[in-house]
Amino acid sequence: MLQGSRASDHMTAKLSVPELENMANKLRLHVIEMTYAARSGHPGGSLSAADMMAALYFNFMRHDPSNPQWEDRDRFVLSKGHVAPVLYAALAEAGYFPVDDLLSLRQVGSMLQGHPVRGKVPGVEMSTGSLGQGLSMACGIALAGKMDGKDYKTICMLGDGELQEGQNWEAAMFARQAGLTNLIAIVDRNRLQITGDTEDAVGLEPLPEKWKAFGWNVIIIDGHNMRQVVEALEKAANAKSRPTVIIMKTVKGKGVSFMENNVGFHGRACKDDEYAKAVEELKAVIQ
Amino acid sequence: MTGEKLAQRNYYGKALAELATEKPNVVVMDADLAGSTKTSEFQKVCPERFVEVGIAEQNMIGIASGLAASGKIVFVSTFGVFATGRCWEQIRLGVAYPKLNVKIVATHCGISVGEDGASHQALEDMAIMRALPNMVVVAPADAYEAYAATRALAEYDGPAYMRMGRADFPTILPSDVRFEIGKASVLVEGTDVTIIGCGQMVSSCLEAAEQLKADGISAEVVNMSTIKPLDTDTLFRSVEKTGCCVTAEEHSILGGLGSAVAEALCDSKCVPLERIGTRDTFGESGKPEDLMVKYGLSTADIYEAAKKSISRKG
Repeated sequence: MLQGSRASDHMTAKLSVPELENMANKLRLHVIEMTYAARSGHPGGSLSAADMMAALYFNFMRHDPSNPQWEDRDRFVLSKGHVAPVLYAALAEAGYFPVDDLLSLRQVGSMLQGHPVRGKVPGVEMSTGSLGQGLSMACGIALAGKMDGKDYKTICMLGDGELQEGQNWEAAMFARQAGLTNLIAIVDRNRLQITGDTEDAVGLEPLPEKWKAFGWNVIIIDGHNMRQVVEALEKAANAKSRPTVIIMKTVKGKGVSFMENNVGFHGRACKDDEYAKAVEELKAVIQ
Repeated sequence: MTGEKLAQRNYYGKALAELATEKPNVVVMDADLAGSTKTSEFQKVCPERFVEVGIAEQNMIGIASGLAASGKIVFVSTFGVFATGRCWEQIRLGVAYPKLNVKIVATHCGISVGEDGASHQALEDMAIMRALPNMVVVAPADAYEAYAATRALAEYDGPAYMRMGRADFPTILPSDVRFEIGKASVLVEGTDVTIIGCGQMVSSCLEAAEQLKADGISAEVVNMSTIKPLDTDTLFRSVEKTGCCVTAEEHSILGGLGSAVAEALCDSKCVPLERIGTRDTFGESGKPEDLMVKYGLSTADIYEAAKKSISRKG
């Protein structure tokens, strides 16, 4: 099994690759339903991240939904906080809170704020939503793990557009300097930001070379190939001398035909007819 | 009345070095200024829990946030402009909003930074920190109080900002002074006017009170070393007696001590208030003592403001 030396009774059961693929589509369906109920939210980047989120919470991460504060848990920081819906969906499916609560997204009084809030939602480690800050926070958590002699991993998911924020590169330099081999960054490289193609806004390429130049291990995968996703995480977990970044090539809106590569769905929910079609498409592939 | 001149930052460093052995979960961070902020005193005795981030204040706050979320008591230090302004939104999201246990301790605040000029003179730091929910704002009056406040902040579980100056300036409190967050102290009792100061202005307030006394005016001097939460009990008790008030801070009159007092007074107890502070302006290079005069922060300015406040009592 993955991470044999880190295995623990607290760990949730690991799903197989086909089961993870199915879970990813269940998360996608939740995202569509939640954002439709809220009449707002960010479905596009939630859908591109869904496969990785399924792999993290149902295969890779050492965590215990019945004990969110377990001190040996792996920590996940969602730097691209606007895709909170897919994080909430994963947490609910994992058992941190009832799945029924998901439809309270973005409602007054709900713990499910538009962007994740530490202390409000079981399983949410850090408050995020303003881009470019999660990797620094993850560095702090990973550094604390090293100081305390803990073997937990800290995983930080970043959007690709948010790499235009300079703070990420401050954090990337620091992680290398501090020897944070227990830190895994994941870049959801769906190539779209609100303006359009990242390369037309302020280009990120050559992105792997940038991370390499900052002293990181770089793993490039197809973020919708579950076997590659699982293997990349395993490889990252065994890094010996450097922090690791997984650049996963993804499709914004993945899983719903008319949302794929459609930047219009970055920050808006489905309308009634779109909702019906999206639900139909996703239900057709969910076992 | 005043003791020897000491730099607050030296006593901050001294307190940190003590905390290194007393509290195994204290972590201290700096952004290439440890020798100036005196976090180097902690580094000397506890290098394993000292974090140098390089010249990267935004990253420093983010890392502090992650460390605090993992159970650390984090002190981060750099100059006031950079500690608050450069990373304000990182503080907002990563520290204030999740109410994490990070102490932002700035040195080199105020116009008495002197020759480095306006780029390095923090005159808005209290305003922008005070505006953040959950944030405590502290400005100790001398080196001894800086020491006591550092130790008090280590005991307090939550976000806090503490500002200190660069220069040596007179100690006015006993070397074993106690500090409690949110508690002001009346240093001199009086009946004609309340003079409220914070930071190094408190010593000027005391001097002004002496001069007023020579004129037969009885001034009460309050050391308001916590700007947020403001000790309104002490404030109201004093102005009920004196009927008028002066504030003095080495900071803009917009958003700092003067504003906090004005807000409190107009909410419940309106009395004449004169505010000493910089008046919506940047500073400039020069000798600290010359700048204090040029920008209206001298003892003479406090003295005049007290007389004016008294004259407005109606």
